[in-house]
Amino acid sequence: MSEQQLFKVTIDNITIDVPAGTTILNAARQIGGEVAPPAMCYYSKLEGSGGKCRTCLVEVSKGSEKDPRPMPKLVASCRTTVMDGMEVKNITSPKVIDARAGVVEFLLLNHPLDCPICDQAGECHLQDLSYEHGKEGTRYEFQRRTFHKVDLGDKIQLHMTRCIMCFRCVFVADQLTEKREHGILDRGDHAQIATFIQKNLQNEFIGNVIDVCPVGALTDKTFRFKNRVWFTKPVNAHRTCENPKCCGEVQLWMRGDEVFRVTARKDEWGEVGQASNGKTGWICNVCRFDKKHIKDWVIEGPTKVNRHSVIAQGHYVGVIKPQETLPEVLHGRQPKLVMDIHDVSEVNKPNIDLSLLERPAHSTDFK
Amino acid sequence: MGRKLLLEKAHVENIRLYDVYRREGGYRSVEKALKTMAPDAVTEEVKKSGLRGRGGAGFPAGMKWSFLAKPEGIPRYLVVNADESEPGTFKDRYLMEFLPHLLIEGMIVSSFALGSNNSYIYIRGEYAWIVDILEQAIQEARNNGWLGKNILGSGFDCEIHVQRGAGAYICGEETALLESLEGKRGNPRIKPPFPAIKGVWGCPTVVNNVETIAAVVPIINEGGEEYAKIGVGKSTGTKLISACGNINKPGVYEIDMTISVEDFIYSDEWCGGIPKGKKLKACIPGGSSVPILPANLLLKTAKGETRMMNYESLADGGFATGSMMGSGGFIVLDEDQCVVRNTYSLARFYRHESCGQCSPCREGTGWMEKILWSLETGKGKMSDIDLLWDIQRKIEGNTICPLGDAAAWPVAAAIRHFRDEFEWHITNASEAQTRNFGLAHYADEIHVPATV
Repeated sequence: MSEQQLFKVTIDNITIDVPAGTTILNAARQIGGEVAPPAMCYYSKLEGSGGKCRTCLVEVSKGSEKDPRPMPKLVASCRTTVMDGMEVKNITSPKVIDARAGVVEFLLLNHPLDCPICDQAGECHLQDLSYEHGKEGTRYEFQRRTFHKVDLGDKIQLHMTRCIMCFRCVFVADQLTEKREHGILDRGDHAQIATFIQKNLQNEFIGNVIDVCPVGALTDKTFRFKNRVWFTKPVNAHRTCENPKCCGEVQLWMRGDEVFRVTARKDEWGEVGQASNGKTGWICNVCRFDKKHIKDWVIEGPTKVNRHSVIAQGHYVGVIKPQETLPEVLHGRQPKLVMDIHDVSEVNKPNIDLSLLERPAHSTDFK
Repeated sequence: MGRKLLLEKAHVENIRLYDVYRREGGYRSVEKALKTMAPDAVTEEVKKSGLRGRGGAGFPAGMKWSFLAKPEGIPRYLVVNADESEPGTFKDRYLMEFLPHLLIEGMIVSSFALGSNNSYIYIRGEYAWIVDILEQAIQEARNNGWLGKNILGSGFDCEIHVQRGAGAYICGEETALLESLEGKRGNPRIKPPFPAIKGVWGCPTVVNNVETIAAVVPIINEGGEEYAKIGVGKSTGTKLISACGNINKPGVYEIDMTISVEDFIYSDEWCGGIPKGKKLKACIPGGSSVPILPANLLLKTAKGETRMMNYESLADGGFATGSMMGSGGFIVLDEDQCVVRNTYSLARFYRHESCGQCSPCREGTGWMEKILWSLETGKGKMSDIDLLWDIQRKIEGNTICPLGDAAAWPVAAAIRHFRDEFEWHITNASEAQTRNFGLAHYADEIHVPATV
């Protein structure tokens, strides 16, 4: 096979060579960092996704080497392929930043902002997006659209009020399952994800809609309200799954020995990553919902979590110990105990028997 | 009196029927094209005519045809966009109701030029009775050998199918139309690829408006150069204008684009002036999505020239002081109309018709509607006007399809030209509930707005 054609593309003044046919977004992700535009609806593992949320809009200041005209409008970077010599402005363009702030405001317009009671909080893409690209307040003064919560079967709950209509779950059902049973009803701002006349979603891979949902609209009923994600510790684990299409490689979200939740493994863009067999690491419902015991799994080790994520709090993965010891810092002196708190405090040696108190102990009890 | 090319025979009795249509000289263009011309020659003729798409954007039709990809062994399609749902536009309805054979004749010639053996008419669902008219006309044409296999011994096969929509404005957008034609949800596709490369069922497709296809008939009959002599500049040929609103004679008029807007409104030949001698306040010259213009800017451009009824003159001054020809839905507002209410009802329409695919349009149209409603009902704040301006600015150009732009433009233009009326609605909230603002400076000298 001949050498694949490489296109030179410059994004925010960083030049990179990418194969022809790569989208601007994927080229920017190869550079990484802040240069990569945010994406709410695009999902690299789902064919046909993207172009809808408009958060990944970028300015193309030079079309290509052959045709250097700039593109007249901002383009959706997830669906626009690069041309040789293209110059793209993402965070260096004030137009893009302004438009993106507008899109964030639009996305949050009908979003309930119920993060304190939402299971997705902490791993929500909309939270990250609004934190990084949005403005402080909203100018919306009207009632937000609301829906009733709907159970899609006994394992998945749909809360349409939080939905941002990214269509990802529809693509998952289209591409992973035999027969799609849910879709979009209605149109405009009254559009909703629904099964036509309430129905259960009953495919063995349908649980993946929870993983692709960027917000808390589709949640795992076996995990709902059990724990905040940042209190649980994600570990990589695997098992031999009976389902030939399931890779069996998962993340367990644990506290102590208890498995609270099982999800597919996510990469740094919040998407389901590649499994060791080279395919996308989608997992089946059995792995996701039924194997909630530590004995079901072979644990490989803790998942590396980006230290900027709230999930990383309390995790000691990748912590670097200081090289110097205390005596070195103190020029050879050993640290000395200045005062033992137990010498002066009465709290730990009360004169009374606390178990005799019929109420909680109070400071006055120690006098 | 301008020349009529499309509606010349519209009032002949029973022109809807094949026999009458044929007797009046119908299907001559098919004979000419199929017997004496090559497909490329037909396209060349349309290019020469300078015919511009009549659906709204005004893109040259011949150019669009020449963009069509022609790979071997893959069928090509012609789709006629009869999903005319723009408020104020009803020209295609008139054309199809009275002259169904004109459309079919144009379709046969266009299909021949494009090499489409199966052509579709995608008609809006509300035009239920027109489907019957078209079906009957297609049957008549087939019975007389104008459709089917080997038409006129030329070896060209053509079938025409009519497909009804289900009542969505968005399906008038060409890629949403193709999705709907394929039997899917009518969501616009993300372009590129354009329909000329990948259209219906992944095959190269040309989507044209009803009037554009009908105009192919006189182009072939008279020759492209003759056709181009009618009209001025790049606005060649004749255009159907559906006039409505506060005028004495609403209806569909065929104009040759050389008359002035003032003539069109006040002359007895066309709209016949405004009822009860009232004054002109504003006009939306090309269907609901184009910017509204106050009377002074409508009759004269910002440079002081007389504004004519053609593509260039109506667009003169850009969006700051001009508008667009659009699809030819000419809506006239007299002094008793309220611009805020008018803008509200347009915003309500776009909110209802937004497909919900991309976020700026889905959320922004609903937001604009709510703000305009609070302004209209006297609950508005002064900051709402700037907020509206900011919302429309963030919708425009950031959406997948032009519906976002179409929703943003009327709001932008209304604020640009009628800001004082919006402010009056806020400062005199209770009075605004009982009477209308009436006329202001627009009746007088040219006013160039500050907010651009």
